[in-house]
Amino acid sequence: MTPDLDPPLDRIRNLAVVAHVDHGKSTLSDRILELTGAVDAREMREQYLDSMDIERERGITIKAQNVRVTWKGHTVHLIDTPGHVDFGYEVSRSLAACEGVVLLVDAAQGIEAQTLANAYQALEHDLEIVAALNKIDLPAADPDRYAAEIEKVLGVPAGEILRISAKTGQGVAELLDAVCERIPPPRGDPSAPLQGLVFDSYYDQYRGVVSSVRVVNGRLGAGARLRFVQAGRTHDVEEIGVRLPAATLVDALGPGEVGYLIAGIKDVAEARSGETVTEASRPAEPLAGYQDPKPMVFCGLYPVDGDELSDLREALEKLRLNDASVTYQPETSGALGFGFRCGFLGLLHMEIVRERLEREFGLSLIATAPSVEYRAHLTDGSVVEVHNPSEMPPPQKLESIEEPYLQATILSPTEYTGTLMELCQSRRGEMRRIEYLGPERLELVYRIPLAEVVMDFFDALKSRTKGYASLDYEPADWEAADLVKIDVLLNGVPVDAFSAIVHKSQAQDYGRRMTEKLRELIPRQLFDVPIQAAVGGRMIARETVKAKRKDVLAKCYGGDITRKRKLLEKQKEGKKRMKSIGRVEVPQEAFIQALRLEE
Amino acid sequence: MAAPPFLASRPEGPGFGVYVHVPFCARRCDYCAFATWDDRLQLVPDYCAAVRAEIARAVGEEMPLATSVFFGGGTPSLLPPDQLVAILDAIPRGEGSEVTVECNPEHAEPSRLGAWRRAGVTRVSLGVQSLSTSVLDSLGRRHDPGSVRWAARALGDAGLGGSYSVDLIFGAVGERPADWQATVAGVLALDPPPAHVSAYGLIAEPGTPLGSDPARHPDADDQADKYLAVDAALASAGYSWYEISNWSRPGATCRHNQLYWAQGEYRGFGCAAHSHRLAGGGGARRWWNVRTPERYIRLVGRGDDPAGGEELLGPDVRAVEALELGLRTSEGVAVAEVPSAGQLGLLLDLGLVSLSRGEGAGERVRLTLRGRLLATEVTLRLLG
Repeated sequence: MTPDLDPPLDRIRNLAVVAHVDHGKSTLSDRILELTGAVDAREMREQYLDSMDIERERGITIKAQNVRVTWKGHTVHLIDTPGHVDFGYEVSRSLAACEGVVLLVDAAQGIEAQTLANAYQALEHDLEIVAALNKIDLPAADPDRYAAEIEKVLGVPAGEILRISAKTGQGVAELLDAVCERIPPPRGDPSAPLQGLVFDSYYDQYRGVVSSVRVVNGRLGAGARLRFVQAGRTHDVEEIGVRLPAATLVDALGPGEVGYLIAGIKDVAEARSGETVTEASRPAEPLAGYQDPKPMVFCGLYPVDGDELSDLREALEKLRLNDASVTYQPETSGALGFGFRCGFLGLLHMEIVRERLEREFGLSLIATAPSVEYRAHLTDGSVVEVHNPSEMPPPQKLESIEEPYLQATILSPTEYTGTLMELCQSRRGEMRRIEYLGPERLELVYRIPLAEVVMDFFDALKSRTKGYASLDYEPADWEAADLVKIDVLLNGVPVDAFSAIVHKSQAQDYGRRMTEKLRELIPRQLFDVPIQAAVGGRMIARETVKAKRKDVLAKCYGGDITRKRKLLEKQKEGKKRMKSIGRVEVPQEAFIQALRLEE
Repeated sequence: MAAPPFLASRPEGPGFGVYVHVPFCARRCDYCAFATWDDRLQLVPDYCAAVRAEIARAVGEEMPLATSVFFGGGTPSLLPPDQLVAILDAIPRGEGSEVTVECNPEHAEPSRLGAWRRAGVTRVSLGVQSLSTSVLDSLGRRHDPGSVRWAARALGDAGLGGSYSVDLIFGAVGERPADWQATVAGVLALDPPPAHVSAYGLIAEPGTPLGSDPARHPDADDQADKYLAVDAALASAGYSWYEISNWSRPGATCRHNQLYWAQGEYRGFGCAAHSHRLAGGGGARRWWNVRTPERYIRLVGRGDDPAGGEELLGPDVRAVEALELGLRTSEGVAVAEVPSAGQLGLLLDLGLVSLSRGEGAGERVRLTLRGRLLATEVTLRLLG
């Protein structure tokens, strides 16, 4: 089956698979590749489309891939979407390249919050939803129940919902038939000026930026001079092609077609998701929906070994070539030395970036506690953005301070309703809506401060519901709050790395937890070490590391002088790796442990 | 009590020490990490012959006269007295030399002590450890606390009552403060009382039954309390502190151990024994024999050098050891010899060291009572 390299418009189908992590999206993609003959079963690598190591390990997709297959005379573009709440904007751009979605739901678990949010997004884009319950081969599968649930929340008639097993291949051919029947072909004018939607870009060290593009109108031809409208840059096409999934050159992509584009771009920030490409000589209007990246979560990243600062800078530069949504700027901490304040789309994004820095670049890092952006209104009428507790203006200059709120949607079995409401309330959430999806599942919608979600909300949610609840959120608004900066003092000296901005009602709790943690982490010294938490000079918590009383080794005879000296030399080396703060020797490990989020 | 005559005629100068290692025990204690075995007593005759052969070879190479000899182990008192005496006889000694033998309380029989005394033994170090049965159990050690009183009397009768020493261990799990106080009081009430006491904080050495049982690891604060208690009890009974774990009546310090702490010269015989010789240019050489008695016997029997390893100490390393060892003693170290005096002020403020004039010129740094317990930290800071 040779794919059509110039398919007629009415035979094209563009779709994304919307699914929760481990509901079987990758397995389905694999089966489709096999069934359509795109990939020989013998050379089939499990989960062909997820190629990044971290993605494969976590079973999630961060960078969208796309592939063209042929099914019964149709050209079908499978557009992969990032599977995490941090990448909501990227998902919306991928959906904008489609006419329909396959909504894939685990027949043993039902729909999850993020899947539902993405499905709502698909409806907002007027996309056709082809719903399928997967894993019907599992003994725990309950397709009738979850079909009814999908009908109730999304209005997809239960009778139209397919039942498949991506693992065994059962029902996958029928799913492809349904895709070709129900999802409408794209529309577009081949003679109009070119409008192409970039919905993903990555950096290849040999080819530069490689973008996924969906042609909306006009033709994207080899040799064209392109205008990247939002970036304001012009580049010549070096190569266009389609993925079958092997990259295959084409002369041009017409309306409705999806392929890849290489145009000698060195920085993914110039070809972001949502970018519109048009011809420089015949420009068209940009497509709607583009947004600049907006970091939501910030943290300081410091090399454990101060000598690795330039390595960290280089690694961040390289990483940003591939991920334009990471921001960073130099930062200095009295306790941690030189590092960078980094901004991320969300918590998972932060974790992934940190893990990539450590794994791909061999760095050993200390990450400060994540924080959000605050808006400080000063008494002189000006507004200051605060990304870091150390930037917090002194109380006497502060008129008010605002923090970002989210609208959070939680889907959960009804038995956990009480504990979830308690959790949300303890995190200053306000309930907006509660809705039963069926006799045993409900949807809770809360308005909740981002800062509360950033701390350890997701872990708490999972542990309180044995992992059954799922969470989705989107930025909501800003609101003034009673926020205070907590300082942590070691032997009377403030340690900037441990400072935090928290709600006044939680200051005591934070102070107590941090001082208790530090008491356990800081080794005993030659003198009592007070560990204090303070708000604006007022102590709110205090612990003491009692002075060490004995370290001498009792016996010293001829036979162990060498051994004793070697032990001493080892201890001396150990001391070199300690940071000295207010005459207190603090091991690096204490910083790493103290700044780690609660499990 | 009059000092024994040999103390009055101590030779001056740094001296030369001889150590003889006896790697046999009737039963191994749970905390012991020394080179000793409780299943190889059949090796004793061959082992003693090998030690004499190694000594003869060293004497042939003009080994200096010993100012001190120390039989350690293991359990030297386990050797038949004639074997021990034969080894001692092989060691050329100077006038008034100190000769110490480590001895288990139950081995202090009059006949054995008499034989030792006649051969020139001047000092017995009695392995008491504790006078509490439950503490001895917890240490994996078996002897009847009652045998200690019997041993003290026997030592007195043998003419060793004015010089003998008692070894104690504190900090075993389950040892209550009262147990420890009773042990110290019991030792001081011995008749005759010891001239010297060594009190060691228990160490959980890796590779020992104690080391591999974290539930039995000693607590540093408990040991600090017990150290302060023993120091106070000994001081009020007229014993002077002179090294981290050692106290003595006037004139009864252990000359042999002082040689180790003063970086003096010594020669070790037997398996796992360490030797130390000064070299030119402020350096020194330290070497040690192979660890097991079998290998030792084989090597010496073949006429080979039983050394298993060596270390050449340059002046820098010697300076580190000088500080480490000197600080442990009541002599302290000369301020001029402290590699990094930058933190001296802090240590003085914290009351961990004191400064005072020594006998010679220049000020000396000495550990205070609290500083003794934190000697490692003080040494690290003075090393810079």
